[in-house]
Amino acid sequence: MSTSTARMIETPAGILPESVAVVSAQIIRHPAAPAESAPPPRPRSKLVEKLNAIGATVLPTVFMLVLLLSLWQVACGHEGASLPSPLRVWTESHDVIVHPFKGVTVDGAGLHIQDGGDVGIAGHILTSLKRVAIGYSLSAFAGIALGILIGQSVFAYRALDPLFQVLRTVPPLAWLPISLAIFQQAQPSAIFLIFITAIWPVILNTAAGVQAIPQTYRNVGKVLALNPWQQFTKIILPATVPHMFTGLRIGVGMSWLAIVAAEMVQGGTGIGFFIWDSYNSSLITDTIVALVWIGMVGFTLDRIVGWIGRRVARQA
Amino acid sequence: MKQRSYLALEDIAVSFPTRNGPFTALQKVNLSIEKGEFVALIGHSGCGKSTLLNIIAGLVKASRGVVFLDGDVIDSPGPDRAVIFQDHSLLPWLSVEENVRLAVDRTMKKASKAERRDWVMHNLDLVQMAGSAAKRPGELSGGMKQRVGIARAIAMQPRVLLMDEPFGALDALTRASLQDAVMAIQAKLNNTVVMITHDVDEAVLLADRVLMMTNGPAATIGEDLAIKLERPRNRIEAAEMADYNHARHEILQFLHQRYSNPLDKAV
Repeated sequence: MSTSTARMIETPAGILPESVAVVSAQIIRHPAAPAESAPPPRPRSKLVEKLNAIGATVLPTVFMLVLLLSLWQVACGHEGASLPSPLRVWTESHDVIVHPFKGVTVDGAGLHIQDGGDVGIAGHILTSLKRVAIGYSLSAFAGIALGILIGQSVFAYRALDPLFQVLRTVPPLAWLPISLAIFQQAQPSAIFLIFITAIWPVILNTAAGVQAIPQTYRNVGKVLALNPWQQFTKIILPATVPHMFTGLRIGVGMSWLAIVAAEMVQGGTGIGFFIWDSYNSSLITDTIVALVWIGMVGFTLDRIVGWIGRRVARQA
Repeated sequence: MKQRSYLALEDIAVSFPTRNGPFTALQKVNLSIEKGEFVALIGHSGCGKSTLLNIIAGLVKASRGVVFLDGDVIDSPGPDRAVIFQDHSLLPWLSVEENVRLAVDRTMKKASKAERRDWVMHNLDLVQMAGSAAKRPGELSGGMKQRVGIARAIAMQPRVLLMDEPFGALDALTRASLQDAVMAIQAKLNNTVVMITHDVDEAVLLADRVLMMTNGPAATIGEDLAIKLERPRNRIEAAEMADYNHARHEILQFLHQRYSNPLDKAV
């Protein structure tokens, strides 16, 4: 035992090694006990504590990232490797990495993305995001409405649920020919693809949420003799919000998956097109950069919807 | 025509369709409750007490028979029959004040905003919850939630107050303090109350009459016992009184000898 070297000090809890006493003094001191008996532990600034907490959560991620990148570098760093190493990505795609906003300008009227292919990667991402925003919004509205319908009505549930269960398993790409046949144009077909991919989790989770509303909440509405509209806005909607946002969160992830698939085939603009284009031009390092961007954007979208969900659930 | 009581149940029967044919839960239930009476309904689990209460609330439809309240036929739920649910049923996304407010908005449509607000706070004050008006139900203890549940119900100024095992989910000490709160409120408001309970002491302490239900199927009211204890009642003093102990004894005998728990027989 090395405690013999530790300095012992007197505390309200008895004689303890200094290291123990400093920690336990905070816990043991009775509110009535004189605070002067021991010097109060030095208050650590809130900022330092916050930084420590952030460090503790972020450091393992950073460590793992460095480790994986190193392994990748070692595995693919030699001549003739089929996959470019991280350093090769950095050198060969330098322009793509450091000039993401090429061709994107912002002025008083908003954001402008230059027409044609010669746009930075952020420009492609923004084009894709715009499509996702439209398609996802449509699927959110339609999905919530349909979800509430089949959650509330047993008849609608029996009529529609089997249909939805089958359709939701169809992969986004399989919708593409149908989408093109219906809309004839790239932009609306891409939006339809996002819509049809993202809507299922929204419908099914909203319906599950409506079905899970405790009977007692409905009884409260009945005893208060709320009219159907009030019953909907005061009870059903707020009670369903948590489930609804689970669906919306899965939906936003799926719509981001769908956009890449759609744009890869259709071409023109967007991040999916960028990947396809870089593959056709044998610029595999550009593809890797695009993958990182897609991942980061998808992660951010997921977090944004999750954050809104928590805010709304608290407010609702 | 004979004079009907304030709340009158006439020949109520309830049966549910099941796979083995109709199941009769309640049968030949006749009941007369006067204005301002506090009636406790006691019986074993599954005897149909809650069904009976839900019929008065209008949440369950009787297969036959009629419920009259002050001369009106009851066939659907309404705010004139406020229910205090066992699980309090506060809406978790609303604050304490908003929960009561929701009920007040439905029942005081002509009142101004300020009047409604004052009424909400007055009723929260009656249950000593005015200090927690801004809190969410999730931040309250079980006893406090049920206090808010009581405030919401009495704020509706119902013609009948229905209590469905209101303190069943609470520990014994909290239950006692809520029983005292209910007695104090009842002394002020003199509501007509129907309360379901499992607790013999609770029934005797709170009620003017205890209705004992027989076991199902086809349960009905087996006995109607008047509790002639002076009010205000005090749980400690009451426990010494002959009338209290006599009533208690009657109920225990009914529940454990004449109509003992059907599950006990099966064992």
